[in-house]
Amino acid sequence: MSVQDLEKIFQDKVDADVRIEPKDWMPEKYRQTLIRQISQHAHSEIVGMLPEGNWISRAPSLKRKQILIAKVQDEAGHGLYLYSAAETLGISRDEMVEQLHSGKAKYSSIFNYPTITWADMGAIGWLVDGAAIMNQVPLCRASYGPYSRAMIRVCKEESFHQRQGFESLLVLSKGTAEQKAMVQNAIDRWWWPSIMMFGPHDAESTNTESSMKWKIKRFSNDELRQRFVDMCAEQVKLLNMALPDPDLKWNEERKHYDFGKINWEEFWSVVNGNGPCNKQRLDARKKAWEEGAWVREAAKGYADKRAGRIKHQAAA
Amino acid sequence: MRFEIRKFYYGDIPGENLGRGNADTKAEWPLWEIFIRSKQGLDHKHVGSLHAADAQMAVENARDVYTRRQEGVSIWVVESKHIHASNPDEADSFYEPANDKVYRHPTFYDLPDEVNHM
Repeated sequence: MSVQDLEKIFQDKVDADVRIEPKDWMPEKYRQTLIRQISQHAHSEIVGMLPEGNWISRAPSLKRKQILIAKVQDEAGHGLYLYSAAETLGISRDEMVEQLHSGKAKYSSIFNYPTITWADMGAIGWLVDGAAIMNQVPLCRASYGPYSRAMIRVCKEESFHQRQGFESLLVLSKGTAEQKAMVQNAIDRWWWPSIMMFGPHDAESTNTESSMKWKIKRFSNDELRQRFVDMCAEQVKLLNMALPDPDLKWNEERKHYDFGKINWEEFWSVVNGNGPCNKQRLDARKKAWEEGAWVREAAKGYADKRAGRIKHQAAA
Repeated sequence: MRFEIRKFYYGDIPGENLGRGNADTKAEWPLWEIFIRSKQGLDHKHVGSLHAADAQMAVENARDVYTRRQEGVSIWVVESKHIHASNPDEADSFYEPANDKVYRHPTFYDLPDEVNHM
């Protein structure tokens, strides 16, 4: 069969909403796009544990500490679901780790911002996880089976992350003047990076068109961003806080909120490694990997030795 | 009809696709496929895969990864290299024998409305 025939069979399946499974023929570009996107997402979950890990030992109560630990543990799990999905495309776990550490693979820029106060934990849950969910829910229907299955699992768990974040802010927003100020300050710092999470405007996004055709993506960056802004503009009222955007205004004609210009210079600068915490995050990952090497080797050595002993006993 | 069972060495990936990149993956812990019984009386169902040095670690990691919210009461782990799979390229001919046997389905039989309990 010619490549054109295979491509047609593939596209027909995608058009008919039949999922593509690992052993099915797929265009190389589709495979590469998925590897890039899924591994980026996996890396984001893993690096995303760092800003929150910062507050586990300093959570204001045992309840909040337990919640935060559970959330961070979920993120490790999400990373693992996604790494496994990417591995079905023929890339090994070690290769992906290597790509993260060398800087070849990116992770979400949002995690290159520092978590300065306790309110940042709430703001991350509400805004960062909120934006992530907005992006991730449509991915549950992505054309690649293992990816879609992983995303269904992720989304099921993610909703607690967003709710606990908003609830934590809600409690603070009813507290002292200092606590209120802390909430507003956290929102001020996290709002713009959160809406950058949807990626460049559609006109500048190089990956959108083919990803739409292959049903890896179902909605464009700008569509999802608009939904997120509309949602948050209402939710923030319940906190009695404000989003830091003087241009944010309901547009009766569009039935959407208009919002201000995004600072794309900042976005690209952070993507390219110049955010406040890029180096710190990567260093932490590399250190964890290097210092865990002996554990990986020891476990493997032990397993090999035990397997050898069982074989020996069987032979005797 | 050509009949062939291929062996897949890397989760769902045919062995020949191994080694795309340059990283040394020999040191990696083997890959395991995880099956979970969500409650007594139901089948174990494939939920995903993970790396572990041995079966015991695979079961413990599967508990931490796939049953954090009481999703399971029993876990099976199978090293991925032991999974044999049918070949999707031959799916048409492989499943062809079932295509023309409509009489295997109860709806094939027209019965008068008066027949109850059937």
